[in-house]
Amino acid sequence: MKNNGHKSAFPAVQLPKCPTGIQGLDEITGGGLPCGRPTLVCGGAGCGKTLLAVEFLVRGAVQFGEPGVFMAFEETEAELKANVASLGFDLAGLVRRKKIMLDYVRIDPGEIQESGEYDLEGLFVRLGHAIDSIGAKRVVLDTLEALFAGLRNEAILRAELRRLFRWLKDKGVTAVITAERGNDQLTRHGLEEYVSDCVILLDHRVFDQIATRHLRVIKYRGALHGTNEFPFLIGEEGISVLPITSLGLNHKVSGERIATGIPRLDAMLGGRGFFRGSSILLTGTPGTGKTIVAANFAQAACRRGERVLFFSFEESPNQIIRNMSSIGLRLEPLVQRDLLRFHSARPSLYGLEMHLATMFKEIARFQPSVVIVDPITSLIDAGSDFETKGMVTRLIDYLKAGQVTSLLTSLTQGSHVLQQSEMAMSSLMDSWLLLQDLEGNGERNRVLYVLKARGMAHSNQVREFLISDRGIDLVDAYIGPSGVLTGSARMAQEALEKAAVVAGKQEAARRKRELERKHAALERQISGLRSDYETQAVELRRIDEQVGTRARALTTERAALGRLRQVEDMAPAGGNGNSKPKGQP
Amino acid sequence: MKTKKVKRPAANSHPRPVKLWQLRLYVTDQTPKSLTAFSNLKKLCESHLKGRYRITVIDLLERPQLAKGDQILAIPTVVRMLPKPVRTIIGNLSDLERVLVGLDLRPVG
Repeated sequence: MKNNGHKSAFPAVQLPKCPTGIQGLDEITGGGLPCGRPTLVCGGAGCGKTLLAVEFLVRGAVQFGEPGVFMAFEETEAELKANVASLGFDLAGLVRRKKIMLDYVRIDPGEIQESGEYDLEGLFVRLGHAIDSIGAKRVVLDTLEALFAGLRNEAILRAELRRLFRWLKDKGVTAVITAERGNDQLTRHGLEEYVSDCVILLDHRVFDQIATRHLRVIKYRGALHGTNEFPFLIGEEGISVLPITSLGLNHKVSGERIATGIPRLDAMLGGRGFFRGSSILLTGTPGTGKTIVAANFAQAACRRGERVLFFSFEESPNQIIRNMSSIGLRLEPLVQRDLLRFHSARPSLYGLEMHLATMFKEIARFQPSVVIVDPITSLIDAGSDFETKGMVTRLIDYLKAGQVTSLLTSLTQGSHVLQQSEMAMSSLMDSWLLLQDLEGNGERNRVLYVLKARGMAHSNQVREFLISDRGIDLVDAYIGPSGVLTGSARMAQEALEKAAVVAGKQEAARRKRELERKHAALERQISGLRSDYETQAVELRRIDEQVGTRARALTTERAALGRLRQVEDMAPAGGNGNSKPKGQP
Repeated sequence: MKTKKVKRPAANSHPRPVKLWQLRLYVTDQTPKSLTAFSNLKKLCESHLKGRYRITVIDLLERPQLAKGDQILAIPTVVRMLPKPVRTIIGNLSDLERVLVGLDLRPVG
């Protein structure tokens, strides 16, 4: 997830650089402090000068194998060790292993009497001895200005300082010299005129009760450097500087689509949901269900086996879990399987930079595929609009660089007017969903639009957004002559339509029944006729039979009569009834 | 040994009486400043602490590790080890009055 986009902006051939190992600082300076030269770090009280210097030495010793000498004029060795131990720097251990040499120079003006000319050769000897005894490559002088308090002869002091910086250069050590910020110049005693290679200014500003530290490279001789003011913070692992404009918009894009967890919403987005690694803004007035959409999205991602990091700035994790279970979303098992992780913090807990750094740290630690920020607008309270936009830009850049899909919710106040900050923010976003309340008929109903979805066909339709104990459902809002109908108005309209359908159905059934009856009547007629026909056929056959029988009987009779009359010639004549008996009386 | 109690706002700690004053002179090599400082110190001790002082000259180029112990920054530096408390004077000691103030020395008698 580390982005090196900044480095590539600098040409490769440069002065040799001495990497500080401090997160972000090496990117701003294009590789580190000028190697073998002194660098002046100035700033007001409590802005982190000493810490920066210590981190420079510690990281040099641990990461780059360069031992270092720390010459402290203000804090004793024991104090220093204790102070930086809270940041995880094992100064004492490094001192034991002869990676770092601490030398506390005590200057007590009350104890020192000056008489005649002197020089600071003693300091040179001490420093030289310390450097030589551990083979130091890095030196910190924190802060040289204590000399001005301890020694009265400024002419000698200035001459000696000039000699000191020359001497440090000749020694070939990379030095960091800290100094207090002066009123009208960079340092109280004008040290900047001796250190001309690199000057870094630290600053600690309070705006709206929230303090933010800034770092600026004022001067870097012989090298390109970021001239902007960069916010930095002192976290659990030391200093991290956050370059605002770290990316040249060159992140990879994915064609993969991921489901939103709401099938109907997927359908609105060309049927397949959002692009992986895209940024999604979800705006809505209070109570429109932003968190629910976000939770659905989270659950869908978890079901795919992806990790989701949920930053919540309004609700505690348990509250979200409880509230979501009321609509049938069971998030707790996902949390237990470590697929879903919540990170809750009050927006006013610390400044924007700290929020951002904390988020970066959490993201780097958890390596999620989806990040949800609910709501991003809470953070506006923690900084100005401009700063918030800068922060959102950095967050999105950071997430995009890591192909992490981000869903940011944003709370709007007005029901129709989109706030300016949102307009500014929306241009950074790939997709923008809007949840809105529609008021009418004595009720409020939620609707959802897709305002924008870069790179995909998406529905232009308004959908009504229903939340029930079984989850979210999107239904078509009724669009009639009087506008969009939602809620009970939609239901009334639907009932009307349903009644019409029922009436139609009944009519059809009635006609069907009538036809069936007619059909049955016809059938009956047909069968009546058929039985008539049958009857007549039977009658006909009987008549035929009767005729035959009679003919045969006649023949038989005639034969019998013939015999009686002794007719010999009339053998079995065509006694078929054809021949009528002759001579019948 | 006798010391007169003189009210002096600059001197907040008077040396406790000791038999022997122990002074260290830190130098680096034999630079003109160092040589001047040594001769000035010697002169001063002879006039104020005759027979009751010992000067140790330490060349930091030979023993750089000693610089840390006495918090040496400037060269030359005179450190009064005894009597306590430790006092430090830097410079070639050309300003005699300041050396006296620094060492909390007052002319005897």
